[in-house]
Amino acid sequence: MGSISNSYLETKNLSKSFGSFQAIKDISISIKEGEFVCFLGPSGCGKTTLLRCIAGLEIQSAGMVFQKDLDISNLPPSNRDFGIVFQSYALFPNLNVFSNISYGLINNKWKKDDVKRRVDELLELVNLTDHAKKYPSQLSGGEQQRVALSRALATSPGLLLLDEPLSALDAKVRVFLRKQIRDLQRKLGVTTIMVTHDQEEAQTMADRIFVMKDGEIIQSGTPNEIYTKANSPFIASFIGSMNFFPAVISNSNQVRCNNVEIYCDTADFKKDDSVQIAIRPEDIQLKKENSDDNILPAKIRDIEFLGSFQRVYFESNNITKDLIIVDVPSVNARKIKLMPNQEMDLYFSREDIRVYPG
Amino acid sequence: MKLLNFANMRRSKDSSDRVGQFMLVSYIILFLLFLVLPLGSLISKSLQNKNGDFVGLANYNLYLQEPALFQSLYNSLFVAVSSTVIVVILAFLFSYALTRTCMPFKGFFRLIALIPLLSPSILAAIALVYWFGNQGILKEVLLGKSIYGPIGIIMASVYWTFPHALIILTTSLSLSDSRLYEAAEVLKTSKLRAFFTITIPGARYGIISTAFVIFTQVFTDFGVPKVIGGNYNVLATDIYKEVVGMQNFQMGAVISMVLLVPAMIAFFIDRYSRKKQISLLTSRSVVFKPKKHFKVDMIMLCFCSVLALIIILMIGMAQYGAIVKFWPYNLNFTLKNYNFEVAGLGWDSFYNSVRLAFYAAIFGTIIIFIGSYLIEKLRINEGTRNLVQFFALMPMAVPGLVLGLAYIFFFNAKDNPLNFIYATMIILVVNTIVHFYTVSHLTAITALKQMDKEFESVSLSLKIPIYKMFWRVTLPVCLPPIFDISIYLFVNAMTTVSGVIFLYSYDTTLASVSAIHLDEQGEVAKAAAMAMLIVYVSVAVRLTHTIITKKVLRKTQAWRYNIIDSN
Ligand SMILES: Nc1ncnc2c1ncn2[C@@H]1O[C@H](COP(=O)(O)OP(=O)(O)O)[C@@H](O)[C@H]1O
Ligand SMILES: [Mg+2]
Repeated sequence: MGSISNSYLETKNLSKSFGSFQAIKDISISIKEGEFVCFLGPSGCGKTTLLRCIAGLEIQSAGMVFQKDLDISNLPPSNRDFGIVFQSYALFPNLNVFSNISYGLINNKWKKDDVKRRVDELLELVNLTDHAKKYPSQLSGGEQQRVALSRALATSPGLLLLDEPLSALDAKVRVFLRKQIRDLQRKLGVTTIMVTHDQEEAQTMADRIFVMKDGEIIQSGTPNEIYTKANSPFIASFIGSMNFFPAVISNSNQVRCNNVEIYCDTADFKKDDSVQIAIRPEDIQLKKENSDDNILPAKIRDIEFLGSFQRVYFESNNITKDLIIVDVPSVNARKIKLMPNQEMDLYFSREDIRVYPG
Repeated sequence: MKLLNFANMRRSKDSSDRVGQFMLVSYIILFLLFLVLPLGSLISKSLQNKNGDFVGLANYNLYLQEPALFQSLYNSLFVAVSSTVIVVILAFLFSYALTRTCMPFKGFFRLIALIPLLSPSILAAIALVYWFGNQGILKEVLLGKSIYGPIGIIMASVYWTFPHALIILTTSLSLSDSRLYEAAEVLKTSKLRAFFTITIPGARYGIISTAFVIFTQVFTDFGVPKVIGGNYNVLATDIYKEVVGMQNFQMGAVISMVLLVPAMIAFFIDRYSRKKQISLLTSRSVVFKPKKHFKVDMIMLCFCSVLALIIILMIGMAQYGAIVKFWPYNLNFTLKNYNFEVAGLGWDSFYNSVRLAFYAAIFGTIIIFIGSYLIEKLRINEGTRNLVQFFALMPMAVPGLVLGLAYIFFFNAKDNPLNFIYATMIILVVNTIVHFYTVSHLTAITALKQMDKEFESVSLSLKIPIYKMFWRVTLPVCLPPIFDISIYLFVNAMTTVSGVIFLYSYDTTLASVSAIHLDEQGEVAKAAAMAMLIVYVSVAVRLTHTIITKKVLRKTQAWRYNIIDSN
């Protein structure tokens, strides 16, 4: 403890209770300098609470927070080094964009010219140069969001905290701002924690994701690791879509769903364990690719057109009563001409199947 | 291992947290000194005999055995309930016309209906004396019954409480979901059935709330029964007689308790129904827009015109009475009734009232707004917050007369170090602020709740002290409600009687109290003149307020109107 590590921010066994309700439990994480991490989880799982504990806006019930190896657990927020953007942006309605952004600079006894230079620099960084004199109510949601971001960055904090910064915006603006925020963060190199319940947002923006559930961190890793090696059915279904089939281990590397035998990697399980096997919709093929692929006869029930791919719902009473979801790239789908009630075989490779305790 | 020690260290709080906590503790102390302890001494007084010995409930026993006093309780209940029923019906129809019909001249009617707010309650009683008194023009209409008694009390009470009822009911009726009416129409429900199955149930909490507020106002009012009650005794006049007439403070305290208990009960029922009301409306509701309906609109126009005419005739008669030479024998105009020197009073009491109103408005607004800010926005201990919140709501449940009497017992005590404020302007200001604390407090809380709850967090993260943010953002954004609060305090300080009737001294006589005394001496015209002076000031202040809102606020609130500052 206290030894020089390469972590910029660290929490040790951080917990926070509201009355008898434990909002976050025993959270220990470590974040490297310059890293962009996301706290991802469904609404109410404690993401905001964790973020506020790190900021000192909420006082932890137990545990510690270190920034640059310094214990900041007992410091009030005004003595910590961070900038924050709230879900509501919390822009001061009676101050114009310039005054909002310069709000934190005035107190730091900056010279007037320096303040102006700094604000202009920030406005340019977020493409708002023409809006300096406007009031928040005269800006669009996306513009307000960028003002809030500039205000948080004005004093060049070492740590940037973002609480669902994009959730109040419509889809187009959201996608645009994702990239802008990410680029800005790379450019400035500021260590950033973003809270979100949107898995796509976390996937596209973060270097590392901490998945949270019921106040605990249940998995962390790069977006790719989380997607391909989800360690629980909860995460697997929360991040992307997933087909689940209840099954029983019938042999080594073999399970039985209903009365269909499926081959897959069952390393961690014993014979007769009941399990769930999971396979992503895009990993199910309509053509055979490897000689040892699993084969499943099925019938099309419904087709949804989703732009770049089509979501096809199959029925296969041999294996499950639920419909099986298969995502077919539109390019392929056009060639095959899919129709409801059409009968065809589904193929999936052993490597793409994940097995979870049932 | 050094870090372990740090972990056990108590959290060092922000200086703003500490200052906030300290300030809240001072609020608690102030509430104890100026609300709780005085009420405590009132209660203990009711349990003592003349020598100050504890006698348990003996005084209460005495009270129950005195039929005359007991009769007053019945009388109070009778006039309060009758006035409440009448006011609720009239105000409901009036606010229905304002919110749910396409009646023309709504703005005009709303304005007229609020006139009674600008005058002391006794003005209505004085006007009634001119209309129906022994020399009244319409005396015959009463068919031999005297206006001095329950009839007069009820009529005057209906007049002065009407706008209070109207405000609550209008708010409650304008919160309605037009989708419900559309659904009813699609289902071919008749208008009348829709009225009884949608409108009334939707407004029921508003109606309940109004009923209890009006009941309490009439039940605890002192001015009206004093002026027009004649021999018809009510609790409020009994307290006054016991205390001022017979110096029987113990019995005064007992009757105060009898007055306090129903007021408290009414207060809690009112709070409860207001909470229910809020939850009735969901964020998905669509605001109701009335449709033209010729017959209904015209009936409502007639109804509202009659009420508006009555209001104008009441205040008009008070003004007329104040400027005629000798009612009803010499109707030439004169200003001599405004010369109060003759009655040995002078204009001092008027100036005192204006001073009191200014002090109460300025200090009251500052104290109340900061108090509600601390409660609403600072990171403080939950227990402290709830306690202050409770204290802030309490004054609403305490009738002015009771609070005033409690102040006498507490501050007149020789061993009270605060004894020096007794019989000064200070005690009047403090009493007025406390008496009208709750409504102002709730206005401030509502305004603060509308502000983003993260402003304080933003400030902390930018290392800006909270007080700077308060000054630069909270205050400017909240200017409109702050003006509203100060106006409310000002006008109420000008018009109140019951709060201050026990507390003024020779040097601090007040206009509203003087009007009562002038009336007592038979100087009805001068009483009317004095009451009208209060009206003039209230109107002037209201007008100034409107101008300020239009001009000054437009500057500071540019962001509200989306006006871009060109420089
Ligand atoms: N100040 C508070 N008092 C009581 N409960 C709270 C408070 N803040 C958050 N909670 C509770 O803690 C849980 C986690 O809240 P939060 O951290 O805001 O979730 P998230 O940001 O993941 O949606 C929720 O169940 C919420 O109701
Ligand atoms: Mg949240």
